[in-house]
Amino acid sequence: MSNEVVLSVRNLSVVFHTPDGDVVAVNDVSFDLRSGETLGIVGESGSGKSVTASSILRLNNSSTASTTGSILVSGVDVLSADESEVRRIRGSEVAMIFQDPLSALNPYYTVGKQIAEAYLVHHPEASKADARKVTLEMLKKVGIPNPEKRIDEFPHQFSGGMRQRIVIAIALINNPKVLIADEPTTALDVTVQAQILDLMKDLQVEFNMAIVLITHDLGVIAEAALDVLVMYGGRIVERSTVEALFSEPTHPYAWGLLGAVNSLESSGRGALVTIAGSPPSLIALPPGCSFNPRCSYSSDICRTEIPLLRAVGTQGSVAACHLPEGDILSLGRKAASR
Amino acid sequence: MSSGIALQAIDLVKHFSTGSSGVLGRATNIVQAVDGVSFTLPTGKTLGIVGESGCGKSTLARLVTRLINPSTGSVILDGVDITTMSGKSLREMRRKLQMIFQDPYSSLNPRHSIGQIIGDPMRIQGIVSKTNEKAEVQELMQRVGLNPEHYNRYPHEFSGGQRQRIGIARALSLRPSVIVADEPVSALDVSIQAQILNLLENLQKDLGLSYVFIAHDLSVVRHIADQVAVMYLGKIVEVGDAATLYSSPAHPYTKALMSAVPVANPSLRNSDKRIRLVGDVPSPIDPPSGCRFRTRCWKATDLCAAVEPLLQPDATGRAVACHFPEAGPVSIG
Repeated sequence: MSNEVVLSVRNLSVVFHTPDGDVVAVNDVSFDLRSGETLGIVGESGSGKSVTASSILRLNNSSTASTTGSILVSGVDVLSADESEVRRIRGSEVAMIFQDPLSALNPYYTVGKQIAEAYLVHHPEASKADARKVTLEMLKKVGIPNPEKRIDEFPHQFSGGMRQRIVIAIALINNPKVLIADEPTTALDVTVQAQILDLMKDLQVEFNMAIVLITHDLGVIAEAALDVLVMYGGRIVERSTVEALFSEPTHPYAWGLLGAVNSLESSGRGALVTIAGSPPSLIALPPGCSFNPRCSYSSDICRTEIPLLRAVGTQGSVAACHLPEGDILSLGRKAASR
Repeated sequence: MSSGIALQAIDLVKHFSTGSSGVLGRATNIVQAVDGVSFTLPTGKTLGIVGESGCGKSTLARLVTRLINPSTGSVILDGVDITTMSGKSLREMRRKLQMIFQDPYSSLNPRHSIGQIIGDPMRIQGIVSKTNEKAEVQELMQRVGLNPEHYNRYPHEFSGGQRQRIGIARALSLRPSVIVADEPVSALDVSIQAQILNLLENLQKDLGLSYVFIAHDLSVVRHIADQVAVMYLGKIVEVGDAATLYSSPAHPYTKALMSAVPVANPSLRNSDKRIRLVGDVPSPIDPPSGCRFRTRCWKATDLCAAVEPLLQPDATGRAVACHFPEAGPVSIG
């Protein structure tokens, strides 16, 4: 592990104040990310994965959300930095791409102008001609055919996959250390998704950047991530390498997810493995482990005490589960076998 | 029912014109959304239709349910041609053919209670009396896994998966024989998807329903479908029984589509078996000559540009529209 830590999140909690009560969207989340590595964050809707991502760029509205903990980017705490410092970090240190490339682009400006703008914000000394040159270079890198012509076209003239390439060009124009990708391929067709995942991998090597890849798709995780956080009810319930997640998952929720995906991928017709019930409401989380009402292994302690993350097994995984380690490992291996 | 064929589409074509109406002599563009699609759905079976955005699968769903009218071609439901039906006979036909939609949020009226949403179709079609309506609705709610006591609740009080159950109960309320489901699970989380797919399969077994199941997710379709049709740019390029089609895809597009799906198994990462298609789907306004897939196909020759390959069924009922189909079983993932 010679790569330097470029992002360090410690005890991050985000609470949204709503008329119905406080929503604890993210609860005590900590992780480190090294340059050149990809960290996958997987979870269902409402698990807190997107709010975790937007906190890294301090995008949560401070009047309705309280964010505590620390987020260190190159030694600067994003959460306590002043506004001008945060503005410098956004784009030049940490950049973000979103699920829907159409709504991430301004329909009134050419794509060239939008990419050049991102460059000029962080390079005020550069001339417009310089910016155009850099933009053309970038369009080539993200695989836009015929860039000299397309630089002056508008977003609606591009297909979904090409738009996502434009969004990636904007994100990478300032050579950030960290790229946060929030469901970057969810809105795309599978053949285009494969192209974009390949592109992100190539650019990661070229720019030596770290990627936080948020997705609900375990296939995408298996394809692209090195380490994985599994989130549920705003907390990390498992952290493991991608190999460990798929061979020896250590949390009952991960078992359920894997079971559902595996039984769908295997060609048999029988009933699919499901996780009973639905994800919890973040306003009224169940006491104890938030997964306990849906867990087939829960006991009394699960309904009263929140399990803490602890090391499980020999593959470096940590899990938040009250089950004895031996049970976790044997049940996990069983869940992973197809 | 005597024929054993629940639903049949014969050479369906739907062209939309875009831009000005041409009154002022301006040229209009014709979008060839669906261009000559035929299929047969046997009673009690499931036909899966897969394809990427813009391939015409949702337009096809709207055509067979008569939500829009085909430019040419016909739809046969239970042995009766429904293509030109109108008025009373059309309304009666709708009882037999119901639809489930993708988005469980926008497909339910937020101002109607669950009881109304499920009960209205029954009352309008006159298949239950006012006194029996509530009992009937509650029985349906029970059947799809909803708590019958939630009869008076509104859609916003339910989760995505539960709303999709409401949509299914509404479709079932008219006791249809055929259900067309357009991406019924793609808006749901993985763990909930499996619940809804199990429900749909159980209902099919219990009620003898026939499904047209449209999805972009290949593993979902493989699980639920007996027959699968793969669409590309308004045409079916390959059709066959699900097991054969998935174990040995014959059309290059089918093969590429399947190999592009990321498999939830990290040891298969970077495997060389992946086929990476280059470029995007061409515009349906001006599709390529000959085979529509040829611009992205690694096997294309001059023949593909000159002559359109036809969907020719072989002895096993498998059909491939390709001049150079893949031979032999291909292992995927």
